[in-house]
Amino acid sequence: MSTIPVESPFKRFAEDFFSSPTAVIAGFGVLVIACLAIFAGPISPQNPYDLAEINIMDGSLPPGSVGFDGFYYLLGTDEQGRDMLSAMIYGLRISLSVSLIAVGSAVFIGMSLGMLAAWAGGRIESLIMRAVDIQLSFPTLLVALLLLAILGKGVDKVIIALVLVQWAYFARTVRAAALVEIRKDYVMAARCLALHPMRILFGHVMPNCLPPIIVIATVQVANAIAIEASLSFLGVGVPITEPSLGLLISNGFGYLLSGRYWISFYPGVMLLVTLVCINVVGDHIREILNPRTKK
Amino acid sequence: MLAYLIRRLGQSFLVMAVMATIVFFGLYMVGNPIDLLINPEDDLAAQEEAIRRLGLDQPVYIQFLQFLKGVATGNLGVSFVHNTPALELILSRLPATLELAFFAMLFAVLIGIPLGMFAGLYPKSPGSRIIMGGSIIGFSTPNFWQGLMLIMLFAVFWRVLPSGGRGETTELFGVPVSFLTLDGLKHLILPALNLAIFKISLVIRLSRAGTAEVSLQDYVKYARARGLSEKRVVGVHILKNILIPVVTVLGLELGNVIAFAVVTETVFAWPGIGKLLIDSIGLLDRPVVVAYMMLTVFMFVMINFFVDMAYSMLDPRIRIKAGKA
Amino acid sequence: MKYGIWTLALATGLAVGSSAVNAETLTAGFASEPSSVDPLYHNLGPNNALRKHMFEALVGEDENLAIVPMLAVSWSNPDPLTWEFKLREGVKFHDGGDFTSRDFLYTACRIPNVPNSPSSMAGFTKTAETITAPDSHTIRVTTAAPYPLLLSDFASFGVVSASANGHDGPVTYSKDGCEGIASYPPSEDYNSGKAAIGTGPFKFASFVPGDRITMTRNDGYWGDKPYWDEIVIRPITNSGARVAALLAGDVDIIEKPPVQDLERLKSDPAVNVVEGPSSRVIYLHFDHEGEPSPGITGTNDKNPLKDIRVRKAMSLAIDRKLIVDRIMGGQAVVARQLVPDFMRGVDPEIALEEPNAEEAKRLLAEAGYPDGFNLVLGTPNDRYINDSKIAQAVAQMFTRVGIKTEIDAMTASVFFSRRNGYEFSLYLAGWGASGAGMASPLRALVATQNKDKGLGGTNRGRYSNAALDAEIEAALATVDPAEHDAALRRASKIVVDDVAILPLHFEVTPWALRAGLTTTPRADQHTVLTTVRPAN
Repeated sequence: MSTIPVESPFKRFAEDFFSSPTAVIAGFGVLVIACLAIFAGPISPQNPYDLAEINIMDGSLPPGSVGFDGFYYLLGTDEQGRDMLSAMIYGLRISLSVSLIAVGSAVFIGMSLGMLAAWAGGRIESLIMRAVDIQLSFPTLLVALLLLAILGKGVDKVIIALVLVQWAYFARTVRAAALVEIRKDYVMAARCLALHPMRILFGHVMPNCLPPIIVIATVQVANAIAIEASLSFLGVGVPITEPSLGLLISNGFGYLLSGRYWISFYPGVMLLVTLVCINVVGDHIREILNPRTKK
Repeated sequence: MLAYLIRRLGQSFLVMAVMATIVFFGLYMVGNPIDLLINPEDDLAAQEEAIRRLGLDQPVYIQFLQFLKGVATGNLGVSFVHNTPALELILSRLPATLELAFFAMLFAVLIGIPLGMFAGLYPKSPGSRIIMGGSIIGFSTPNFWQGLMLIMLFAVFWRVLPSGGRGETTELFGVPVSFLTLDGLKHLILPALNLAIFKISLVIRLSRAGTAEVSLQDYVKYARARGLSEKRVVGVHILKNILIPVVTVLGLELGNVIAFAVVTETVFAWPGIGKLLIDSIGLLDRPVVVAYMMLTVFMFVMINFFVDMAYSMLDPRIRIKAGKA
Repeated sequence: MKYGIWTLALATGLAVGSSAVNAETLTAGFASEPSSVDPLYHNLGPNNALRKHMFEALVGEDENLAIVPMLAVSWSNPDPLTWEFKLREGVKFHDGGDFTSRDFLYTACRIPNVPNSPSSMAGFTKTAETITAPDSHTIRVTTAAPYPLLLSDFASFGVVSASANGHDGPVTYSKDGCEGIASYPPSEDYNSGKAAIGTGPFKFASFVPGDRITMTRNDGYWGDKPYWDEIVIRPITNSGARVAALLAGDVDIIEKPPVQDLERLKSDPAVNVVEGPSSRVIYLHFDHEGEPSPGITGTNDKNPLKDIRVRKAMSLAIDRKLIVDRIMGGQAVVARQLVPDFMRGVDPEIALEEPNAEEAKRLLAEAGYPDGFNLVLGTPNDRYINDSKIAQAVAQMFTRVGIKTEIDAMTASVFFSRRNGYEFSLYLAGWGASGAGMASPLRALVATQNKDKGLGGTNRGRYSNAALDAEIEAALATVDPAEHDAALRRASKIVVDDVAILPLHFEVTPWALRAGLTTTPRADQHTVLTTVRPAN
């Protein structure tokens, strides 16, 4: 713990992070991916959802083709004449936003419940932790699958399913961290000052629980993207009108053998790169924050 | 220990009941299975007749009461599609999934632990870097994509392994298994490997971290100092100690393996319960989905229980604690 | 390609190696699994296709769905209300028992008594008032009113053996339930093979749900002996996996290879692709009733689809040829009527329509929608070949003439529930006509809904037109084929002129086989392995 306030923990963190070239490359990758997703509109050459903009005459063109209206398709088109590059950028946006919203909500819910459990103790704590245990004893994919079987398809439904399967990880971690923090002197001091519990929890305890949450959240974002892709592959994920990277891959699944590899291959590569970058960054953050692996 | 067991069983029974209820009503809300089962050429009268025959004309709460009555007598309902008791249908498919899961676990241990230990013992070697890079990719690529790549390579381009299905089975203690015949084994390799890749990556990471940590412990240093052969140090002292986390995590992952079998079985047309679940969800075959869910909940409870047992057997310190609790 | 030589070498090696062991076993990859071996349990495509291997109907349907003799060698109408069938002599069941008229009566008795049947065969026997057996090889059927489709109905279910089902006494058929039959065996007895005794070219061997159904040659078969000693049907639902299984040599024939793979499969010397037209039409059905209609906005709550000018405009907006070429990869035939040309009841005078976007815009403006309107098109995404992709293409074309169309694509289970709840203003679906020809879609899709007459069962657009109903009923009231067909042609013309429904195309069904094998494509899209044989 940083007891000597000579340098800020953020600075140290940043120095540690930049000491690994792999992590820097992966971090840069995450940055590029984020920019692509955020500025999907202006960046992508075509709006793949605007039916007036795409032309079925340009269907299934290989990468580097020039279309009917003189449009240049860098990565080819799918059978509807949709520019693959644009579809991928928009698909990336959907994959990322679904998983970020889901993980964000899961962090919020998990953190609140975890801190509540640590603070309140007694029956409330055991009730919440029972729920966490039960939730964690079921495989995420299966729970999400059954939920979506009941809820039906849709971006909002996928998000609900992802939140429901992920909140427990955060609740458990936050509770463990908060239990340690609550016993510390600064919390005692705050309690003596009769500060409102909400203020103590969110103002003082929460910031100190953040490091493990950040690690888990990074991994869970990658996880959420992968689960969403699998659900879409199984036919219960996002609807075809809002294709995520996962759905693009499974759409192109049938075309792989016919030699039209680009419909499935490039979204697959993009998904792979996204997940690897996030996981490498997450791994590295974990190593920096874990005092045991520090030499 | 007994009180703990009883409490746990009671709890899982409650979870089973709640989930069965949710799934039952949830699937009722999604749609009417008869719309899918009926031949569209049938006229309206025939459609209503079929709805009556399957009991779907009753209000949902009556249907639910009938379902509860059946559960009380051990009958989880009859599949709308197959006209077979749902439980019987699932149990007939279960051996295929368990065999797949077992071999995936075996691959994970046999491939993952040696690679992970190597990476832990020689962290700087190029081999370790390749292993760790591979494990990140294995961790990151979605299961179905890996499955398709395996089919493309081994079944279509090189034609060395079949692309799907279960192949020849033989009876072992009355249960059909496929690993005893060459044909069955060939069919088993790709799906088991597909299911294992994620676990292999996981085991590599766990055993690398474990090896790195254990190597620095005093008893390992002591063992080395005593002049024990490197083989014995690695094979006994280190291996035994990294086995505990690996076994625990793998045991807990068994549930996940069965869940991801849904994807693998879909890609490889493997006739297990996962494929049955996907097909049944698609056809709104409510009795099968509900029975599947109840059975898997039961299975997970048992798995967790056995993991706890195995854990306490491998680590005497935990045994003492459990005794106190 | 780098691995070309490898593939070839290995393929040859494997082919030689495997042909020595089981040259006479044919393995097929099916797109969906039959839900039971019981031929009377579930009136659905995969079950009926499986049934044709083991159980035979009184009369058969050839590949173009024309009626041909099967267990009955001939039939006649002594009067319009009576049908008399002469049964084939010397036909034996798989267990050696003789096939007689008693077995047909037993089959008719069992049809309404299959427990839990989700879609029973009862519709095929319900028009029969009496079914009697004057002697062991004659069946006489009477109906309350003339009924021209009786042959097509009787071609639709397989005959089971009374003795193998545990009944040895005589059988008397009665519409209100046969007497003297203690109990009927459940479908499980068929799945286990106990009761799965038919007269067909193959005998039941084993059924492993989810994995395979195995059948062996019936050496006592009355007709042409099948080529194969043994046939194995494996359900492989994922189309990519099905193609992979064929390319890997695991199966010898697959049904429904995905359209996008056909080009490659055709150019592969190790594969033979066989195609044939099907009777399945893919169509769009309008909401003719709702006002406001659930999926339409921008019209002040009016339902523009009730205006024939709007329906005509929409028909003109669609370039069906382009859909066939681009989305279906040429695997379809452009449609204007509801059944393909080779079936009965088609009006040859009706020409195909040329797309005309300008005319469509003009008609829309004339109807009071110069700026179009907003429309949601409902479609399943896993039921018909490329269903949601066709819908997207149609949406593009509608959008180009001003009808801003959105797609609501969903899995079949949800789609059919919502469709049957009238939640769509326009929906895409398919209809595979039976041997009855034009009468089949007319009765179900566009006749006014009428439960008592059994009409309009799938008319979820609630179209109603008295003139059309009159022609359909006229067609159904005569056993004279010429009169029947003439009435159907007039009805078809009414449907086209009123744009009651928008047919898009007929699916062409492809099968992919290992090189050296061929099969006879069937219009009902059933895969019947009896017809698979070495080419040449």
